[in-house]
Amino acid sequence: MDLSEHEKSLIGALSDGLPLVSRPYALIGEQVGMSEAEVIEALSRMQVDGRIKRFGLIVRHHELGYKANAMTVWDIDDDKVAEVGRCFGNFDFVTLCYRRPRRLPDWPYNLFCMVHGQERDAVLEQIEQLAEKCGAAAASRDVLFSTRRFKQRGARYGKMPPELESVA
Amino acid sequence: MMDDLEKRMIDGFQRDLPLVERPYAEIAKKLGVEEDDVIEALKVLKENGTLSRVGAVFKPNTVGESTLAAMAVDQDRLEEVAAIVSNFDEVNHNYEREHRLNLWFVIASAEKGGVDSVLEQIQKMTGIKVLNLPMLEDYHLDLGFDLRWT
Repeated sequence: MDLSEHEKSLIGALSDGLPLVSRPYALIGEQVGMSEAEVIEALSRMQVDGRIKRFGLIVRHHELGYKANAMTVWDIDDDKVAEVGRCFGNFDFVTLCYRRPRRLPDWPYNLFCMVHGQERDAVLEQIEQLAEKCGAAAASRDVLFSTRRFKQRGARYGKMPPELESVA
Repeated sequence: MMDDLEKRMIDGFQRDLPLVERPYAEIAKKLGVEEDDVIEALKVLKENGTLSRVGAVFKPNTVGESTLAAMAVDQDRLEEVAAIVSNFDEVNHNYEREHRLNLWFVIASAEKGGVDSVLEQIQKMTGIKVLNLPMLEDYHLDLGFDLRWT
């Protein structure tokens, strides 16, 4: 779905987060030339039509003690991948679940699923649980724990308002 | 250690942040505290890194384009290559992972062709092949993360 110019500016202004002031939508509105009501309306519309998946506190798992971060990858038959993916996506310890292309011979896996946990062993158990409950026990799979985080922040989309561009 | 208010905010407001003129006052009302308490607690969480931001998670590829990319980097070049990758403003996550393909990062761009351009530049600057693994289908409904406080 295409974005209006207002939506683009709004998304740009939001990429560092909603300001922590009493009337944050009014402040964001001032930065992008929209009224407070227009900002609220636009955010509401993008949530209703699904372009915003969620709007709220975005936390860092690592800082909350969830230090085991596993990207688990699976080679699932193309005609079954949607069913298995939806099944994985229903588990509350799964934070992302996407189908992506295989890149043979470098990369044979087409289903990617992020699992966060406090301990490595617990995460491995959860992955075992996914395999059993979703009919993927026979599929070839791998688990890639992260060992170092070089960079983590929200994506920067949209147009930055001019007054922010210089410091971005 | 996190205090009770911080925990209750994280439990209750990872989604559906109130879309009213004073959202933090609305949260405060629901949690039985004052608006200033909520704003202060959010500032503390932000400062100590627990809170990335109060903001939106967008459905992939509806605002701009994005992809997941992977590289197999020799251990003795890893920090150098990771720094080149992180230096792009379009890169928002960049992790070392345990695999032959050991550097994984997400590229997001508002411009059409922006992702491909970053992929090409990284390949050129490092001389290492970059696997491009864009999302084809999303199976996860993002409700935030269910934390088990113990």
